[in-house]
Amino acid sequence: MSEPTVSAEKVVKPQPKETHVATEWKHESPLMACRFDPQGRYVFAAAEDSSVVRWELKSGAKTIFKAHDSWVRAIAFSGDGETLLTAGSDGRLIWWETAAKDPKPLRSIDAHAGWVWSLSVLPDGKQVLSGGNDKLVKLWNIESGELVRSHAGHESHVYSVLAHANGQLALSGDLQGQVRQWNLATGACTRTFDAKTLHTYNGGQGVHFGGVRSLSMSADGARLACGGLYKASNPLGSVHDPLVMLFDWESQKLLQSYIAEGLKAVVWKTAHHKDGFLIGACGGTSGGFLLFWKPDAAKEFHRFKLPDIVRGMDLHPDSLQIATAHYDKTIRISVMQPKKA
Amino acid sequence: MKCDYACNSAEHNIARRNFLGQCATGAGVLGLGFLTRPAVAEQLAKQQKKILVINMAGGLSQLESWDPKPGTDTGGPFRAIPSSIPGVHVSELLPHTAQQLHHLGLVRSVNTKENDHGKGAYFMTTGRRRTPAADYPKLGAVTAKALAKAGESLPGHIHVAAGGGGGRSNDAAYLGPKFASITVGGGKPPQYSTPPKGLTDASELRRQQMRQKMNQRFALKRRTAETDAYVQNYEQARNLVRQRDVFDTSKESAQDHERYGKHDFGQQCLLARRLLEHGVPYVQVTHSNYDTHNENFIFHLEQVAEFDRPFATLVADIVDRGMLDSTLIVVLSEFGRTPKINNRYGRDHWGTAWSVLVGGAGIQRGAVIGKTNDNGTQVTDREVDGGHLFHTYLQAVGVDPTGTFDIGGRELPLADPSTESIQEILA
Repeated sequence: MSEPTVSAEKVVKPQPKETHVATEWKHESPLMACRFDPQGRYVFAAAEDSSVVRWELKSGAKTIFKAHDSWVRAIAFSGDGETLLTAGSDGRLIWWETAAKDPKPLRSIDAHAGWVWSLSVLPDGKQVLSGGNDKLVKLWNIESGELVRSHAGHESHVYSVLAHANGQLALSGDLQGQVRQWNLATGACTRTFDAKTLHTYNGGQGVHFGGVRSLSMSADGARLACGGLYKASNPLGSVHDPLVMLFDWESQKLLQSYIAEGLKAVVWKTAHHKDGFLIGACGGTSGGFLLFWKPDAAKEFHRFKLPDIVRGMDLHPDSLQIATAHYDKTIRISVMQPKKA
Repeated sequence: MKCDYACNSAEHNIARRNFLGQCATGAGVLGLGFLTRPAVAEQLAKQQKKILVINMAGGLSQLESWDPKPGTDTGGPFRAIPSSIPGVHVSELLPHTAQQLHHLGLVRSVNTKENDHGKGAYFMTTGRRRTPAADYPKLGAVTAKALAKAGESLPGHIHVAAGGGGGRSNDAAYLGPKFASITVGGGKPPQYSTPPKGLTDASELRRQQMRQKMNQRFALKRRTAETDAYVQNYEQARNLVRQRDVFDTSKESAQDHERYGKHDFGQQCLLARRLLEHGVPYVQVTHSNYDTHNENFIFHLEQVAEFDRPFATLVADIVDRGMLDSTLIVVLSEFGRTPKINNRYGRDHWGTAWSVLVGGAGIQRGAVIGKTNDNGTQVTDREVDGGHLFHTYLQAVGVDPTGTFDIGGRELPLADPSTESIQEILA
């Protein structure tokens, strides 16, 4: 551990331009996704060895959660933070005790036929959305594990899901760049957002590529960000540019197309900061970056280069720390504060 | 003065020891009339040895297909499923093919030491390493020359690919353009193969007789490879016009279109079945693209899933129609993909330890030859390369790979004389 992390209780303003890596922890396998728990005690990361790794932020103590027999793609928590949910390429959704000393699955269900890409817990903390390669968006009761409803309508793999802050709506984004808005009371698809720019079909290579890799809402609910890539001139060779499409929630008008000039990469994750800026985790042939955009400019106001390609990202509840999951088997905790002397 | 540019006959003769029991098919003694009797022709088409190659262009990952290593550092996210060969597992991306595998076989120990697309493809389709010193005919050309029946009017070397328009390739080397591949696709007859309106059979025959007379006179004194190519291409085109329906998959049932799938590859497999049934000795279907340096897993999910059902359907149909004993089935690539997963979830080029599917004619059912280590980085048993496989393909269809072609008086080996067949996979 290179530097103590910032205390969650300490109220300080973020300074994105001062962002630096404060802490690094290693695993034995490349990492893919990461999440802080809601209480800010731990950071969890999914690894290519099909495990989920928990590090305690204060001590760096490492614990392995192993039950999936394929890669874990998504991590989420119940509202009280005491239950960890993981899902992945085995199609399973597994319940765990977040703080368990010797983690064992509490429940495991076959949630989707094919990969599960994304999970999002509703604001009441009692239900969770999942989206997967079976083109379905499913709503689950966290306590009972029962399926509440399955939402059909996507025509391609569902890469991202997001519970709206009002608790009544859900959003899901797919490979072909369609974002569907679901009424959770009725199960009806009530609106769609057009993010097709994030999708490419390359006839020469015969492949579909791109998709809505991440969804996030601004704290005031006014803007929806869809992250991914565009200009995919060579999908198989990783030649494409990062892109985040920012939509006005009410009018569905495209407000911004956030780009990162000169980078060949994809925006794997986005997070709206409560202070109004958007953070994007960007990884590709150009390396790994945290990008910071303001609503009124397409170009980022700050670009922070990480030591290795980034694949996953999460913002700590303190709104100062950013966790990033890296190919070099490292979880990094960056802080939006000046380095301590 | 008679030109001696090539051999003396219109057909290049295959030199000594080239067939193993081919005459037993009866094709050599029946004359051409037999082809007009459908039942006899159908029976002969079944007995006629032929080769079906599925070319997984770009480099299929052996770990996401024939040699999965789940739970290892190289395994990736896909799991392994049991196949119809007891104890043999393949990637979960191949559920339909897994159920047909007992009809086929696997070679899991290919080491071509070649990571370049062009050189890898050359080695796998000619059985020899590419050098500036010489060019060698591809498997399809060798097969067409060795297996095509005398008087066969269809091309003997056909590639099926999206957008194929009937063009002739340059892949027969010294065997000459007659045995070069013709590329067709789209499930429709080749472009421009409809005879002009108003041209009667009688007038076409008179035109042809006149053309042949003039060609023969020209060839006596000024014969060149180019003029031979012109003549052969013209004759081939005439044959295509006569049998254009063979290429028309709309003649197949709606049920078959559904079984194979309506996407390009499904339709190409249906066309391949049609061509094999009509006795074409070599049919190659290309499925593209597997060159997944980036996002190997989502692209293999997309591509292998598209491959699986049509290929399994084609194998099942070949079995059901009694053609498996006469049809060698090969699924190959130019190389495999790196066990190490790169930082973009990709796999790169890897000729060191990978797999080829081979089955059908002359191959033991359910044979699995060779092994790789636990995480697939090295071959640990029965290492083979493109030369061994090339020999094996020929021997499996009854052609002696140690034989020679007589090309203009020179005896040229059918296959690399420095290597040999994989005997233990042969039936």
